[in-house]
Amino acid sequence: MIRRLLFVAFMLLSASPVFAVNPDEVLDDPALEARARALSAQLRCMVCQNQSIDDSNAELAKDLRLLVRERITDGDSDEAVIAYVVSRYGEFVLLNPRFETKTLLLWGTPVVLLLAGAAAMLVSARRRAGKTTGTALSTEEQARLDAVLKD
Amino acid sequence: MIIELGHYALVLALAVSLLQAVLPIVGAVRNDRALMEIGTVAAKASFLLVAMSFAALTYAHVTSDFSVRNVWENSHSQIPLIYKFSGVWGNHEGSMLLWMLILTFFSALVAVFGDNLPESLKANVLAVQAWIAAAFSLFILLTSNPFNRLLDAPGEGQDLNPVLQDVGLAIHPPLLYLGYVGFSVCFSFAVAALIEGRIDAAWARWVRPWTLAAWTCLTAGIAMGSYWAYYELGWGGWWFWDPVENASFIPWLAGTALLHSALVMEKREALKIWTVLLAIMTFSMSLLGTFLVRSGVLTSVHAFATDPTRGVFILMILILFIGGALSLFAFRAAHLKAGGLFAPISREGALVFNNLILTTAAATVLTGTLYPLALEAVTGAKISVGPPFFNMTFGLLMLPLLLAVPFGPLLAWKRGDLLGAGQRLFAAVAIGLVAGSAIYYAQNGGPIMALFGIALGAYMIAGSLTELFLRSGLGKVTGAVALRRLSGLPRSVFGTALAHIGLGVTLIGIVAVTAFETEHIVEMKPGMTTDAGGYTLRFDGLRNSNGPNYSEQSGHFVISRAGVNIDEVWSSKRLYTARQMPTTEAGIRTFGVSQLYVSLGDGMADGGVVVRIWWKPMILCIWGGVLFMMAGGAVSLSDRRLRIGAPARAKKQTKPVLEPAQ
Repeated sequence: MIRRLLFVAFMLLSASPVFAVNPDEVLDDPALEARARALSAQLRCMVCQNQSIDDSNAELAKDLRLLVRERITDGDSDEAVIAYVVSRYGEFVLLNPRFETKTLLLWGTPVVLLLAGAAAMLVSARRRAGKTTGTALSTEEQARLDAVLKD
Repeated sequence: MIIELGHYALVLALAVSLLQAVLPIVGAVRNDRALMEIGTVAAKASFLLVAMSFAALTYAHVTSDFSVRNVWENSHSQIPLIYKFSGVWGNHEGSMLLWMLILTFFSALVAVFGDNLPESLKANVLAVQAWIAAAFSLFILLTSNPFNRLLDAPGEGQDLNPVLQDVGLAIHPPLLYLGYVGFSVCFSFAVAALIEGRIDAAWARWVRPWTLAAWTCLTAGIAMGSYWAYYELGWGGWWFWDPVENASFIPWLAGTALLHSALVMEKREALKIWTVLLAIMTFSMSLLGTFLVRSGVLTSVHAFATDPTRGVFILMILILFIGGALSLFAFRAAHLKAGGLFAPISREGALVFNNLILTTAAATVLTGTLYPLALEAVTGAKISVGPPFFNMTFGLLMLPLLLAVPFGPLLAWKRGDLLGAGQRLFAAVAIGLVAGSAIYYAQNGGPIMALFGIALGAYMIAGSLTELFLRSGLGKVTGAVALRRLSGLPRSVFGTALAHIGLGVTLIGIVAVTAFETEHIVEMKPGMTTDAGGYTLRFDGLRNSNGPNYSEQSGHFVISRAGVNIDEVWSSKRLYTARQMPTTEAGIRTFGVSQLYVSLGDGMADGGVVVRIWWKPMILCIWGGVLFMMAGGAVSLSDRRLRIGAPARAKKQTKPVLEPAQ
C-alpha cells in the first residue's frame, strides 16, 4: 500500500510540464488536454535524440501529439492510446519501458542491488558482532591472569 | 611553426609519461630513491609539455589559423574572441587535449604537494597517473590529433556549433573535467595502495582532499551544465536524464559515496576494502562517461565524435584500466586488513547506509543508460529508457536517504542512539512541516505531495542546523560561549552542514518548480497581454537585428505587476549564418528565487507569433542549493586536518619558538 502511494506520489511529482505544443493543437477541454500532456511526456519523439513528443519541435512529434489528442477525444482510455501508439510505432516509443521478460534486468537491478547490499551489510555486522563478543578468556589465559593477580 | 611545436610537445609528453609509468615503480620495488624521484620530475615535465601543446592549439584558434584542420572545422574568423578561446575545447580533439591537460595538472599537483607522502606510495601514485596519461596521449596522437594541417588552407572556417557559442562552454567543460579527472588521483591512490598491499587511515587522509576537490568541481560542472541547458535550449527544462548527463551524474553519485566512505576509513579505519573499490569504481565511471560521450555510442547533442576507431580505442583503454584495477583488487583485497568495529546503529552505520543507497542509485542510472544499447546488441529489440523511468526509480531510492541525512551527523561513532537522534530532530520535523505548509499555501495549493516534498527539504535544512545548534550548546550556555564553541568546531562540521543544507535547498527548488510551475502557450500580436505567475506581460512587437555571425529576431515584452510597469525582457531566435542553424535565446527575468521564462516560437501567417511563457517558482533554489554544496566542499577542504602538508609544516614552524614556562 505504502509502495503504491509512493509510486503515485512520484508519478505526480515527476509529471513535469515542458512542451513544444503549439496553441492550435491544444484541446478545448482542459481535463482532456492535461491527459494528452501527461501521455505525451511518456512517448518518445522517434526522430529526436532523447526527447519526448511533448518537448520536441519535430514534425513527427507534432503528428504524434495530434494523434494522441485525436484518440483521447474519440474516448480512448490512456492505456488504449498507449497501446495504439505502440502497435503503430513499436515499444521504442515508450520512454518508460514496460515490465516484462526483456526488461527484467532493468527493473530488477535496483531491487536486487539494494537487497544484496542490505544482506551483505547484515552479514558483516553479524560477523563483527561475533568478533566483539568473542572476548571471553581461554582457560589458559584465565590461569595466567589468576597467576598475575595472585602476585 | 608554433603548431608543430605544440604537436612535438605532445609527443614528448607521451615519451615522458612512458618513463614516468615505469621508472618510479621499479624504484619503489628496489627502494631506489633516485628512480622514485624521477616520477616527481617527470610529472612536472609532462604537465609543462601538455600545457605548451594546449597553448599552441589555443594560439591557432585565437589567430584563426584555418590551415589547422581542427580550427577550420570548429571556428570562424567572425566569432567573438571568447568563443575562439572556448572553441579550443568545443570539439572532440580539443576537449581530449583539455582532458590531458587537467590529468597532467593533477599529477603535477601530487608531485608538488606530495612531499609528506611515503616515498614509495608517491612513486606508485605518479606511475599510475602516468599510465592513464600515456594511454590518453596515445589516443589523441593516433586517433584525434588536433594538430593535423590542411594542405590548401581555406580562407574561412566552418564555425563553432552555435549552441556552443555561449559563456557556458567556457566554464562547463573545464569544471566537469576537473571533477572527472580529479577522481583519477583517487584511482591512482587506490591502485598504488593495492600494489603496496598496505593501507591505513593516513591513506584516507590523503585521498579525502582529492575526493573533496574533485567532487566540488564535478558538482559545479554538472550544475553549470544544467543551468546552461536550462537557458540555452529554450524549453525551460533543467535536467533531461540525457545519456550524456547521466554519464557525468553516475561518477558524481559514486564520488559522493566515496566522500562518505573515506570519512569512515579516516576516522575509524573501517570500510577499507570498500573504499578502495569505490575509488576504483568512481574513476572507472568517469572513464566510462568519457567513452560514452566521446565514442558517439550514444547519439546526443554532445557527441561530436562518431568515428568508430576512436570508440574502439577508448573501449580498450576502458577495459585495460577498469579490468586491470579490478583484477588487482581481486588479488590484493584479501591482504588489506579490515579494522574498526561498529554497531549497525552508529555514524559508521549511517554512512554505510548512505553508500548502499548512492551506489545502488549509480548502478540504476547506469543500467538505465546502457540497457537500450545492450538489449539491442543482444536481442535486436529496440526500447527506450527515458525520464519517467529515471524519475521513478531514482526518486524512490533517494527518499529514504534524504530522510536519513540529518540523522547521520547526530549519531555517535561506534554505537549511536537512534531514538535520541530522532528526539533531537523533533524540532526539525516540525519546522519542515510548517515551512512545507506555508509554501504550499502561498502557492495556492497543488499536488499534496509537493507539501511533503518541500517539508522534506526544509527538514533537511533544519536538521543540518540542529547539529550545529546542539554542538554550540546554544540555549544552555551564554551566546559568547556558544559562539566560541562554534568557532572551535572543525571546519568539516560546517562543511557537512552546508552540503546537507544545500541538498535540502535543491530539493525544495526541484519540488516547487515541478509542482507549481505554470505555462502559457499563446499566440500574441503586438499589444496583447498574458498573465503568468502574478505578472502581466505585454508583447510590444518584433525587431530584426544582426550580430557578428548571426541574424536575430527578438520580441520585446513589458512586465507589469498590479498595473505598474516593473521590468522588460527580450526573447530572441537566432539564425547562425555559417551553419544556417537556428537557436533560441530565451528571455529570463528573475524575481527573488523565481523566474519568468519567455521563449519565442514560430511566427503565424496573420502577423502574430507563438510565445511560450513559463512561471518557474523557486527554480533558482535548484542551483542555489548546489552553491551551498560547493561551499560545503570548499569549507571541508580548508579543514586544517586535510590541508596537505599542514602537520609537517606546523611542526617546523613551532619548534624554534619555545613557549615560556607559565
